[in-house]
Amino acid sequence: MAVLPADERIIDLVADESRNEKVVYQRPAALSDTYTHYCPGCTHGIAHRLVAEVIDEMGLREDTILVASVGCSVFAYNYFELDACEAAHGRAPAMATGIKRSNPNNIVFTYQGDGDMASIGMGEIIHAAARGEHFTTIFINNAVYGMTGGQMAPTSLPGQVTTSSPFGRDLALCGAPIKMAELLANLDGTAYSVRRSLHDARHIIQAKKAIRTAFEAQVQGLGFSIVELLSTCPTNWGMTASESMEWVKNSMIPVYPLGDYKVAPELATRR
Amino acid sequence: MAKELLKGNIAFAEAAIRAGCETYFGYPITPQTELLEHMSKRMLELGRVFLQAESEVAAVNMVYGAACAGAKVMTSSSSPGISLMQEGFSYMAGSNVPAVVIDVMRGGPGLGNIQPSQGDYNQVTKSAGHGDFHPIVLAPSTVQEAIDLTTLAFDLADKYRTLVFVVADGAIGQMMEPAELPEMRPLPEKRPPWALTGAKGRKHNTISSLYLNADALEKFNLDLQAKLALIKNSEVRYETAYLDDAEIVVVGFGTAARVAQTAVKRLRDEGLPVGLFRPISLWPFPEKQLAALAKRTPAIRAFLVVEMNAGQMLHDVREVVGTQIPVRFKGRMGGIVPLPEEVEEEIRLTFEALDSSSLHKEASNGRVAR
Repeated sequence: MAVLPADERIIDLVADESRNEKVVYQRPAALSDTYTHYCPGCTHGIAHRLVAEVIDEMGLREDTILVASVGCSVFAYNYFELDACEAAHGRAPAMATGIKRSNPNNIVFTYQGDGDMASIGMGEIIHAAARGEHFTTIFINNAVYGMTGGQMAPTSLPGQVTTSSPFGRDLALCGAPIKMAELLANLDGTAYSVRRSLHDARHIIQAKKAIRTAFEAQVQGLGFSIVELLSTCPTNWGMTASESMEWVKNSMIPVYPLGDYKVAPELATRR
Repeated sequence: MAKELLKGNIAFAEAAIRAGCETYFGYPITPQTELLEHMSKRMLELGRVFLQAESEVAAVNMVYGAACAGAKVMTSSSSPGISLMQEGFSYMAGSNVPAVVIDVMRGGPGLGNIQPSQGDYNQVTKSAGHGDFHPIVLAPSTVQEAIDLTTLAFDLADKYRTLVFVVADGAIGQMMEPAELPEMRPLPEKRPPWALTGAKGRKHNTISSLYLNADALEKFNLDLQAKLALIKNSEVRYETAYLDDAEIVVVGFGTAARVAQTAVKRLRDEGLPVGLFRPISLWPFPEKQLAALAKRTPAIRAFLVVEMNAGQMLHDVREVVGTQIPVRFKGRMGGIVPLPEEVEEEIRLTFEALDSSSLHKEASNGRVAR
């Protein structure tokens, strides 16, 4: 995993105010002006941007604390202009609990992958949701352990070939994929649990709306909120970027149906 | 404040509250559960944070989060729970955040039992988690000292931005003694500048223990070692008794030291030249002080280490004392507290061995009688 220093820039934007141009698109203030280490075609960058846009639009940048997790997004704290910390593998929900309980006026979110949350961190996320902890979780489901090189995740699809399931995920050996959005929706402490996808523009717009609703659930103090985002990993899937978008659409969505699994009544008008 | 009859576990909890503990996260485990129960009532009465976590693993990571948020935070557990918390301790050491941990030790290994033990000595002083770090470790031998050291623990945690353990055995956790609690301290009005509070009007703060660059990680470790060296120089605590003309010095901490003190006093009453050296800070261990004692006191003919384990602090004593003076050991395991008579007997046997000079022969051969 290549890592670039936070102060290194790809492009120095030339701002010429005399032209009196109208800004129609720019980097959100909540996003750092830096390279990311993400692979081409990976949707982490999109997810980061959506979260940053929502934080900007809600005016929360100076109130928000990010709890990064272990996985490809381990350096997320370098990519957001937010107070941030790095949790141990799977423990982000416990750490977020400690932060939010200590500083209840802050907005707190965890950003976790499938191995981190649905495998090693299953206990922490279930109990945080059950307690109705007032933080938000952005859950990146790309059906594989990305950072360690493409091993089988609890969310890998039936038959999916990975570096640790070379003959394909055998349900008799490894069990079936875990559907986190549905699972967490069953807990009374969860105010908002939905699944979205990042594979095309239409779905990206829907994902952003869901992220905004999740943060609004937290602002309103309604309980735990989570947005599961179906994401790509072209490097470990052995695909091109566009092939991986197709794979999300054709292979992942049938196993992980998009939808709203729990929406607190207070949020219903926003749907 | 007036003295009152207090159970050790309650004393730990109430002392933490009065020292300014703002947040507590824990998981029930005998023999420290009364501590958690006291916190569950008092912290909520005071409008502070109490949360019973789903596991020790979660509890320690909640502590890590609260520490990052800049809150004064504590957890408590007993030996098997402390083993589970090691992941979090290491991350906290790797991020330089302060927290207080109370460990009311029980018999091990494994599920062991719930009787008093000092079997966590190595775990807390030498291997509280992966990587190169030591928490400060303080060991009370009375309920009063449990209170005083808990107060001190919060101060040291903040002063050095480090983990501070107060380790007691189940006996101190469970017994009742008259003790005096301090006045309630006011809570701090604001969070420290490094804490995560939202980047309002300042550059954002990041707390992480991750340094992929080897040079950067070595630099972090060198800085951490420098901090530990400072602690080692400044925070050694110990107590001595009856050292004048002592020929045998008993070394012990916590309940074992208390038992040893009774034995030493009885033998002194008989006129036997016996003294006591009680480390209060187990890390930093009073190395220089014990070494100086061994070197500058020609009267000392042997040390006797008494512990409620198989001989864990014994290694630290041996390393400091060297091979010129024999170091004997008396330990009980399985949750058994040694009786003063057993320690007395061991001291007498040590005198006999010295007089027959067999001990010195063994010592000069680099071996030590057990």
